[in-house]
Parts: sequence; structure tokens; C-alpha cells
Amino acid sequence: MSLDPAYLQYARRRYGMDHDLYPWSNLFERAAPDLCGRRVGVVIVVNVEWFPITPADKPFRAPGHMQTTYPDYRHYTSREYGTRVGLYRFLDAFAARGIRASFAVNAAIAERYPALVADIVAGGHEVVAHSTDMNGTIATGVPEDEERALIAASLDTLEKIVGKRPRGWMSIARSQSWNTPRLLAEAGLGYMCDWVNDDLPVRFATAAGSIVNVPVNHELSDRQIITVQQQSADSYVQQMQDATMVFEREAARFGARMLALNVTPYIMGLPYRIAAFERLLDWLVARDEVGFLTTGEVADATSD
Amino acid sequence: MQEGAADPGLYPFRPYRNRPKIEWPNGKTVAVWVSPNLEFYELDPPANPHRKSWTKPHPDVVGYGHRDYANRAGHWRMADAMTKYGFPGSVSLSVALCNHIPEVVEDANARGWEFFSHGIYNTRYSYGMDEAQERAIIEDSIRTVRDATGQTIKGWLAPALTHTPRTLDLLAEYGFDYTCDLYHDDQPGDVNVASGRLISMPYSLEVNDHYGFFVYNMSPREYADTLIRQYERLAAEGSASGTVMCIPLHSYLIGQPHRIGPFEEVLRHIAADGRAWITRSGDIADHYMRSFVKEVAA
Repeated sequence: MSLDPAYLQYARRRYGMDHDLYPWSNLFERAAPDLCGRRVGVVIVVNVEWFPITPADKPFRAPGHMQTTYPDYRHYTSREYGTRVGLYRFLDAFAARGIRASFAVNAAIAERYPALVADIVAGGHEVVAHSTDMNGTIATGVPEDEERALIAASLDTLEKIVGKRPRGWMSIARSQSWNTPRLLAEAGLGYMCDWVNDDLPVRFATAAGSIVNVPVNHELSDRQIITVQQQSADSYVQQMQDATMVFEREAARFGARMLALNVTPYIMGLPYRIAAFERLLDWLVARDEVGFLTTGEVADATSD
Repeated sequence: MQEGAADPGLYPFRPYRNRPKIEWPNGKTVAVWVSPNLEFYELDPPANPHRKSWTKPHPDVVGYGHRDYANRAGHWRMADAMTKYGFPGSVSLSVALCNHIPEVVEDANARGWEFFSHGIYNTRYSYGMDEAQERAIIEDSIRTVRDATGQTIKGWLAPALTHTPRTLDLLAEYGFDYTCDLYHDDQPGDVNVASGRLISMPYSLEVNDHYGFFVYNMSPREYADTLIRQYERLAAEGSASGTVMCIPLHSYLIGQPHRIGPFEEVLRHIAADGRAWITRSGDIADHYMRSFVKEVAA
């Protein structure tokens, strides 16, 4: 038995990364952006998603999608619960504390529930384009024309209903194809939220120009901590507090840090969890060195 | 090993009772070594016919980005916590990191850490290699680490834990002292090899941060508590005969902002306890191999 000799050849074994999207850089040596003049800038990203009861598996089925044999009332309605009820718990919690957040919204949500989008906009929040609906997943294998059309459909619909074209993009499950960064730049987007390789924004180079990645750490998301790892909302709060204190200490020496809280209405917006999240918000608001900003404001603070 | 046999014949069977007593330096009862995996994962690696690398079509943006976090952010957070409490690292190294991001390797070397090989990339597996190919990655590892750090590697942890039936014999032939690939004991012991001498260095899957966070789904504080329990038990048992506790880490996991604080408490606890010989894998191997002659299979 032996392997193809090519398996022991390393064409991209060289200084730096094995791709040309961004150069290597040490978080502790580079200049940090100014995040609203605070040591820790908290960026809350709420995913607002519509799952068709007829799931598509191409290129893959989105996390949180239908699970039972058709018709899956269980998951269709549980996800709708988040949109109808849980989302308003978030909006009320933010309004009560004067927090502006970012909402990664499926275009189908805007089309189906324009009143909901109006409530998000009225709260002063930023709308981030989050594909068409939860069947609009992206991965290598999706033809380039289809991916370009999907991005355009999402942006056009959101622009029409929001009244403003989104400046940022988040892919479903943060999944991209080889083409995605270039197609997003080509569509005029200023930033994306898919890469989790850093605690601060990183500028990517593409053939269609540059685009900033604002990292929304999946490890800190309610989906990862509560749904995947099966930990409690109280443990989630403690983990976010621990993270905040680490960032405060680092920021005192190395410059601002960004804490991304990625939350989901049908996960954290439940009656038995929301109070823990509100307690976290109160704790954050009370800290002198913590401020809140949107994904777009983080992208704006990123150097060229 | 005995290729194809039901019992691979990896080592002599030795029950935990009535072994020759291991005495660590200065009366310490447990040798504690911390093993940061300093890795490089490729965005678009070629396929090995025996194992997929990324589970998704390339590029696996989350999988790759998560690992890349280690070399941009996590490493320094983890390394500073270790240095603060006096723990050197024994690095499980994807040796291509010496080429891609020498800054991380230089940082580890400057902290007095030891390096052993974890293959070329953590996205290139040994499964299916012929002998010449396996020799090539061993020789590449020795040469690459020597050029980058001046160190001669003494140990091996197979890339992504992928082995062939001849790996251990080759390591002994090339003069390596220890393998981290066998999980049968809390003490070092001889491994059966065709020539020379190779010992097994207790590494750990069970208290590896990858298992803690992604197999057992522990919270950061549960993982910290697990490490302290592991330490307390091995330190107590080590008064009869010295034990080994390894803490295998990946800075894309332990170096996350919500995990590093509880982990620092573990290091503080062990450093303050007094029973731990806080050391490196190569020093444990040297001490063990000097203390005991090679044990031969019965």
C-alpha cells in the first residue's frame, strides 16, 4: 500500500497563509480599532430565520431545519415561535437598555413579515443580509450564477422592505464557497460575518476588491453553548461574563476587543431563558469599559 | 506491532500493582506536563483515501477559521497563562507551522518549550503510506524542527492520530525516545519495537481539551474541575509510585476568551500544590529511561 506521491508534496508550504484571502497577523501586536471609545465593544447579532417546512438539502440542510418526516409541525412552529414571540423579547430587552444590535435577517422574513422588520428598524438596529430563507445555503458546488443571484435576491428584497440596502452579509451556518467573498464584494457589500479566525475584524482581499470580515464567534453563540453543547442559560451567562473580563484585561494593554454575542430567538428567546440573557445585558450595561455597537460600526472602524 | 494479529503486541502487560517504584525528582509524586498542539490545517488539502480531512466541501470556513484562530489569537492567551504559573510546554507540532507562521514557533522556543512532531500538517494523514513515505515525513520532521529551533525532536504524536503498523518501529530506529500515541497507562513504560528503545509517554484523550469541549461538551468551569480532579487523584496515587498527568491543549479551544480564565485557575492550583513535578515530556522520558532498563515482553 502506498499513497499517491502528490500527497507528500506541499505546494503551498511557504511563509504566511496557504491562501491569499488575508495575511497572518498577531492579535496582540497589531493596532486595535477604536470601538466606540470603549475597551470592549459588544456586538449583538440576532439571527432572524424562516425555515420552509419543505427543507432543501442542496448544498446542505441548515442547522435548526426540519427533522421529522414531512410535515414537521414540531420544528416549523418552534422556529416560528422565535420569530413571533422570542424576537419581541429581544427587542424589548434592547429598548429598555438603550442597546442597538444587529439583526441577520432572511429576505423571506422581510417579505412575509414586513411589520417585524419595521419594528427592528424602528429600534435603531442594523439589518444584516442573511440569505433568502433557510433553504438558501451556500457551499462549493453551487454554480456561481446561482450564488450571485441568491445574494442579489436577498439584498434587493431587504433593500425594498428595510428602505436601505444592507451593508453586511452573514451566510447560513457561516458556510461559504470559494466564490463567496468575491461575490459579496462584487455586490457592493462592505463586510461579512462568516469567518471566526480572530477577535477583531480582518480585511480580506478578493478579485472584486476588499471586504471586511467582522468575526461573530460561533463558540460564544447560544446555538453552540445551549443547543449543541447542552449547557444552561446560566452557564452561558457566566461564560460571557468570563469572556468580557478577559477582554477588559487585554484591552487595557493591547487595545480594544470585540465581544460578539450571537443569539437566536427560538433558543435564547424562550420564557425560561430570556431572564438570564437580560441579566447578562444588565451586567454588561453597568460596566464602565463596555459599550455596544453594530456590525457595520465595527466594519467602519476597520483600517484599510 | 504484530501486524494483523488480534493482540497487536504493543507492550508488555503490567498490572498497576507491584511495579518497580517510580521516584520523580525532589520527592514529587506526579509529573505534570502541558502539551499545546501547535498546528496548521490546510484550507484545501488533498484527499487521503482512508480519512476525510474537513467534513464539508472545501473551503470549510468555520472549521478552518476556528483552527486559524489559534495562530492569530489563542496561542498567546494560552502561552501567557502557562508562563505566568511556570508551566513549560511540550509542543505537539505540525512542523509546517515552522514555515507558515515561524513567529508562533519562535515564541514557544523562546519560552523554553520542547517540540515533538505531530506530522507535517494536521490535514495530512499517515494512513496508507508506504515505508519510504513514512520515513520521508519522519525525516522532514527532524530536519524542519532542527532548522527552525535548533532542537532535536525526541517524541512523536501521529498527525491527527493516524498510524501505520510500522510507525513505532521506525520511531525507535530514528532514535526517538517516546511516543504519545498509546493510552493504556498513567505511567511511562516500554513499547515493543524491532530495534532500539521507545517508551510510551502518557498523553491523554480523556482530559484533552478537544474531548472536554467537543466530545463531552463541558462548560469551561466543568473542564477546569475535571483537570483538578484528575490532578488530585494522580498526585495522591503517585506517592506509592510516580504518575504522569498530561494536559493536552489546542489554543483555538482553551485560548477562547470564555475558557482561559477557569483554565488559569487549574494552573494556579497545580503550581501551588507542591506535589507536582512541572516539567516537559522529554525530561520525563530521560528520567524514566535512566531509572529503568528496557523491559522485554514476557
